[in-house]
Amino acid sequence: MNIPEGLLYTREHEWVKIESDMATIGITDYAQFSLGDITFVQLPAPGADIQKSSVIATVESVKAASDVYAPLSGKVARINEEIVANPEIVNQSPYEKAWFAVIKTRDLSEKQGLLDQYEYKKYLDELNA
Amino acid sequence: MENAQLKYTPLLSNHKQLSARLGPFGGWMMPIQYKGIIAEHNWTRQSASLFDICHMGEFLIRGTARDMEKDLCFTSNLALMPVGGCRYGFILNESGGIIDDLVAYRMGEDEWMFVVNAATKDNDLAYLRQKLPPDISIEDISDKTAKLDIQGPLSSEIMKALAGDGINALGYYKHGRFELIGCNAVISRTGYTGELGFEIYADSRFAQQLWQAILADERVRPAGLGARDTLRLEMCYPLYGQDIDESTTPLEAGFEVFLDLKKDFIGKPALLKQRCDGLQKRLIVFTMGTRQSPRHGDKIYIEEKEAGYVTSGSFAPSLGIGVGMGYVENGYDWIGARVLIKNERFELPARITDKPFYRKGTLRK
Repeated sequence: MNIPEGLLYTREHEWVKIESDMATIGITDYAQFSLGDITFVQLPAPGADIQKSSVIATVESVKAASDVYAPLSGKVARINEEIVANPEIVNQSPYEKAWFAVIKTRDLSEKQGLLDQYEYKKYLDELNA
Repeated sequence: MENAQLKYTPLLSNHKQLSARLGPFGGWMMPIQYKGIIAEHNWTRQSASLFDICHMGEFLIRGTARDMEKDLCFTSNLALMPVGGCRYGFILNESGGIIDDLVAYRMGEDEWMFVVNAATKDNDLAYLRQKLPPDISIEDISDKTAKLDIQGPLSSEIMKALAGDGINALGYYKHGRFELIGCNAVISRTGYTGELGFEIYADSRFAQQLWQAILADERVRPAGLGARDTLRLEMCYPLYGQDIDESTTPLEAGFEVFLDLKKDFIGKPALLKQRCDGLQKRLIVFTMGTRQSPRHGDKIYIEEKEAGYVTSGSFAPSLGIGVGMGYVENGYDWIGARVLIKNERFELPARITDKPFYRKGTLRK
């Protein structure tokens, strides 16, 4: 599984890239692989106020639907319309082209508890042991 | 069910070699997908796919046609089937509820084969042993029988290369005995995908050899149960345990055509009464307006009233939208009706349509 460095991860398999007070969010390679062919993505409305750990998006694969949770609180600054039109991008490019949303964060101390690449790798190893 | 208790087909190592994702189905650990459900679905519609269906059960039933006239277990008349023919039908309980759906093969003058679902096999066997007249014998040949399905528009070309030109003479819902890479096989022109296809039954010791020989043709790729499910759903074929079970009758499911009401069978009086009294619910099929998909257990609302529930739902790769099947109260089942599908994630409009969703299949070509 691809787990790039420089990103933070959740135990629910979201990734987050923090640049100043902006956080870009997506789902991990492990998440897209586990879901299989993704057929639909529902994103939040731009401007929506998001609480940490609340549902920020929904992804549907051929067989199931799953929620995506916000790793941080804040306001939705941008969303990636391209993955709504072409959900297969989430399978093809989970870290680059398939970002879900950018959030203007409210409290960067919330990143405490997110995992770095090594911790996330260890967590996946435990999950699949 | 714990994975350790699950059964494995003789092709497990082949699936692992192909990096299949395995998952439990009907008491078996089965390949769900190899490269991806949508790719496997599309390949089946345009070329040909090979499915490991060894988990399904096979029974050999022996008796004379005269004995078979006394059979009350199957909804079709086994005595009147032609040798070499196949029939889809049901085993019912006294209330007309569906114990299983199956395909019966007349193998010879005095021999029939029932091909039953994996999860219901043991129950079917016990029921048949109890209900069949004493002159009729039944043998469970599931463990020694491998079943491989090849489905897709190119499947007859591929099978012709392996089993000879005789395969082309096999009509829809007919079967015959063929020599296939040196082993004897029963091959039928049947399947569950809406495409031209064949189901192959052979000694399970030849399963790996057959699997490899068929896959050696580059026009064939392996497909898992995930694609099998989306393919059958696009054809509105029911999945036992999901769309039909002991709480539903063939009349409610819209399968009266598979009931031979000229013969007696267990459940027939209940069905006749049900037909006379009027059905409480009926199986409908519907399309969503978007790619969002209904799922088993979602609720169906009509005119702001909860009128039924979804039994099968998925994204339909050939259509590019969500589709589903489900039961609604009688009177709400008219084609064209607008309904609302509700679950924890959405409330979305859908429209009841005619069967099947997918009409371009090569099934009868």
